[in-house]
Amino acid sequence: MLSIKDLAVSFRTRRGEVDAVRGVSFELAKGETLGVVGESGSGKSVTSYALMRILDAGGWIKAGEATYSGVDLRRASEREMRDIRGREISMIFQNPRAALNPIRKVGAQIEDVLRRHGKATSANARAKAIEALEAVRINDAAARAEAYPFELSGGMCQRIVVAIALACDPRLLIMDEPTTGLDITTQKAVMDLTRELIRERGMSAILITHDLGLASEYCDRLAVMKDGKIVETGPAASVFGAPQDVYTRRLVDATPRRGVSIRSLLPAEARTAPPPRPALGGPLLEVLRLEKAYPGKSGPVRAVKGVTFTIREGQSVGLVGESGCGKSTTSSMLVRLLDVTSGSILFRGEDIAAIPAKDFIRHPLRRDIQMVFQDATDSLNPRHAARDSIADPLRRLAGLSGARLKAKVEEAAELVGLPIHLLDRFPHQLSGGQKARVGIARAVALDPKFLILDEPTAALDVSIQAVVLNLLADLRAKLGMTYLFVSHDLNVVRLLCDHVIVMKGGEIIEQGPAEEVMDRPAHPYTKSLLDAAPQPPAPAPRLRAAV
Amino acid sequence: MAAATQGRVAAVLSRLMQALPVVFGVVLVSFLLTRALPGDPAAYFAGDAATPESIAETRAKLGLDKSMPEQFLIYVGDLLSGDLGVSLSTGQPVTTELARRLPASLELTLVALVVSCGIAIPLGVLAATRPGSWIDHLCRVLVTAGVSLPTFFTGVALIYVFYYLLGVAPSPIGRLDFVYLEPDRVTGFFLIDAALAGDFETWLGALEQLALPAATLALFTLAPLARMTRAAMLSALSSDYVRTAKAAGLTTGKVLFGYAFRNALLPVVTTLGMVFSFTLGANVLVEKVFAWPGIGSFAVEALVASDYAAVQGFVLCMALLFVALNLVIDMAYAMIDPRIGFAAK
Repeated sequence: MLSIKDLAVSFRTRRGEVDAVRGVSFELAKGETLGVVGESGSGKSVTSYALMRILDAGGWIKAGEATYSGVDLRRASEREMRDIRGREISMIFQNPRAALNPIRKVGAQIEDVLRRHGKATSANARAKAIEALEAVRINDAAARAEAYPFELSGGMCQRIVVAIALACDPRLLIMDEPTTGLDITTQKAVMDLTRELIRERGMSAILITHDLGLASEYCDRLAVMKDGKIVETGPAASVFGAPQDVYTRRLVDATPRRGVSIRSLLPAEARTAPPPRPALGGPLLEVLRLEKAYPGKSGPVRAVKGVTFTIREGQSVGLVGESGCGKSTTSSMLVRLLDVTSGSILFRGEDIAAIPAKDFIRHPLRRDIQMVFQDATDSLNPRHAARDSIADPLRRLAGLSGARLKAKVEEAAELVGLPIHLLDRFPHQLSGGQKARVGIARAVALDPKFLILDEPTAALDVSIQAVVLNLLADLRAKLGMTYLFVSHDLNVVRLLCDHVIVMKGGEIIEQGPAEEVMDRPAHPYTKSLLDAAPQPPAPAPRLRAAV
Repeated sequence: MAAATQGRVAAVLSRLMQALPVVFGVVLVSFLLTRALPGDPAAYFAGDAATPESIAETRAKLGLDKSMPEQFLIYVGDLLSGDLGVSLSTGQPVTTELARRLPASLELTLVALVVSCGIAIPLGVLAATRPGSWIDHLCRVLVTAGVSLPTFFTGVALIYVFYYLLGVAPSPIGRLDFVYLEPDRVTGFFLIDAALAGDFETWLGALEQLALPAATLALFTLAPLARMTRAAMLSALSSDYVRTAKAAGLTTGKVLFGYAFRNALLPVVTTLGMVFSFTLGANVLVEKVFAWPGIGSFAVEALVASDYAAVQGFVLCMALLFVALNLVIDMAYAMIDPRIGFAAK
C-alpha cells in the first residue's frame, strides 16, 4: 500500500545543506503496523513529514520515490496532497495539548476536518463530530465537544487528536511519538485504544518512537533508524529478541526492562563490575506528616497530604507516581525550594522544614542537599559556559575562587566523565548527555550528603540514559551519597533504587524494598502502574549467544 | 447564557470599581503637578500692565489665595457636579472645550489606526507567510521608514506634495474647509455626523481634510503593528497545532486565518492598545502641523499659559479614556482567548 524507495530528505540551513534522511526504503502492507525506532536525530520523524509533505521550511525531498496506492507522493500537486492528508493518510503528534488549537473548541476542530473532506455538511457536522469523539471512547462526548483543550487532561487531548486523525476514516495512520508527555497508565490506555481502532478499521499504521519496548509491543514489524538510514528491519519479536545489527543490539541492551542489571544496559565492551551497594547507615532524612496546600477557588488544594517516610544514609530511594501525584511538590519541599504547610523534615535530627525556603540559601546545610533537575537543557543558563555553571555553587556556597575553584571544577568534571576541554563550551554546543553531566557535576561538586534527582534522564535518548544511570550508580558508591530518585519510569527506578515509595493523589500508598514493591506489589495501583509499562519480549539468551 | 451575561456585566462593573482609585490618584497628582509648575497664572492673566493690587484681585477671583487643601476640596466638589472649571485662556468652560476637541482628536486617531491596521496586519501576515521574500523586505523598508521619519516632517512633506505640488488635497487648516457647514452635532465625529445627516458633500469634505493628517499618523504607527503581526504569525505558523491542521488537510486559508491568525491576534491587540494610547497623547505635532482643533494642541497651549483647569481637565479626560481603553482591550482578550477568564481577573 505504501512503498518508499531510497528516500532522501535535506534541509537548507545557514551552514549549508544538511541531509536528514539518506536513502530510506520500506514497504507497508495493508493492515500492517510498522514501528520506526530511533534516537533523536535519526531522521524518523522527518521521514514521515516527507511522506505527508509537511516538512518545515527549507526541507525538501532530494531523491527517491514514495508511492501511496499508486499516487506519487513526491510529485503530487499541493492540492492533491491536501486531499490525501486527513482523508487517506492521517497523523497524530507528540505533546497532544500543543497539537490542538488552544482557542478553538475541540468539537469545532473535528468539524473542520470533517467538512474539509466532505464527510459532513454544516447541518450534521456537530453530530458527526460527537460520533468521532464517541469512537475514541470519550464519555459525555456532547459536552466534551464544547470544551477547549486547556480544560482537558493530557490523555483526553490525545484522544481528541486521535479523533481528528480518524474522523475521515483514513487508511494509513502515522503516529509520531504519540505518548511523549503522557503518564504511563494514560500511555497504555491511548495505545491500546489506537491499536483497537486500527484493527477494527483494517488500517495500516506507522508508529514512530524512541521507545523500543513500546514499538515491539504494538507493532508487527520494526525498522531501526540511525543517522538517516534504516540499519535493521524485521518482525518485532526477532528484532528485539535477536538483533542482527550492532546499533540495534545496543538499543535493545539500553532499554530498561525487567530482570536486567544496571550494567547490562551498557554495550557489552563497556560493562564493568557492578558498583558495590553502600552499607546503609542511620536515618539521614525523616519526613513526618509533611503537607503542602495551595489556596484554591473552593478552599485550599492539598497537593501533598501528610506524607511520612525515612531515608537512611547511603540509601537510594525511588519516589514514583504519575503527574499530579505530589512527587515533585514533595521533592521541592525536601530540597527546600518550597515552603511547607505543616509537618517536619528532620535532616540528621535537625528540623529543616522550619527554615523558610528563601533563607535556606544561607544555611550551612544548603551544601549538603543538592538537586539534579529534570531538563538538562532548561536548567543550564544558556549564557554560561559549562565551567561557570559548575563553578557557581562552589563560589557562592563553598567560597572558593581562583586556582582552587578551577581545580575543584575540573575535579567535578572528571568525576562525571566530562572531558576538560568541553568545560568552556556553552550549553547549545553540548550534546544532551554532556549537558546532563554538567548538571550532575554542578550538584555533586559540593560533596552533598543528599542528592535529589528529578527525572534526570527523562529527556535523554535510551543509550545516553543507560550511561547516565550507570554514572549515577558509580557516583553514589564512590561518594557515599544518598539519593532520592523522582521518576515515573518504574523500570528505571528498579535499576537504581533499593527502596521505593509510590505516591498517588498526594498520599503514599505503598513503600518498601524495591524488589518487594516491584515484584509483589501490595496495592492495586502499584500493580496497574507496573502492568502499564511496556514489557518488551525478553531477549532469549540462546539466540543472543548465536549472534 | 443569561447567567453568563450577568457574570460579564458584574465583571465589567467590578473592573470599573477597581479603576476608581486610579482616577482619584490622577485627580490628586494632576492637581498637585499643575500647582508645582513654575509661573503665576494670576500674574499672567492680570496682563502686562498689572499692578500688585490687580494681581491680588485676579488671584482672589481665581480662588488661588486659598490654601492648597481648600483649593483641592473645591476642585473635587466641582468635579463631582461635572464642572471642570473655566479655561482662562479661552474663557470657555473646560467641559465644552473638551467636548468639542476630544471628538476631533479621537476621529483623527481612530481613522489613522484603522488605516494603519488595514495596511500593517495584512502586510505582517504576508511577510510571515513568505519570510525572506520581496514582500517581507518591502514590509521591513516601509515600516522602518514610517517610524524613523518624525510626524511633523511626514506631515509637512505630505502637504508639500499633495497640496502644494499636486493640488489634490484641500488646504491643511482644520477639520472642514470653510465652504462647508459643520454637520449637526450628534457624536462630534464629522464623518459620522455628516453621514447621519445624509450630507454626502460634507462627508467627503471632512474626509479630504482628514486624509493627510490621518495618513501621517498611520505611517508612524505602522511599524509596531506590522512587526508584531509578523512575529506573532511566524510563531503561530511554526506551532504544533498548525502542523496538526496541515496534516489534517485543511485548506491554506483555513490554516492561516482560522488557526494561525486568531492565535496571533492576542499580541497584536495588546500592541494596538499601546499604540492607541501613545498616539492619542502624542499626536499634538500632527495637530499643530494641520491646525487640527484637537485635544493635544489644546493641552499644550493650556500648559504654556499655566491654565490649571484646562490642564487638569485634559489629564483627567485622558485617564478616563485609558481606563475605558484597558477595559475594552481586556474584553477583547477574553473574547479571543477562552483561557483568559474575564470574570476571574
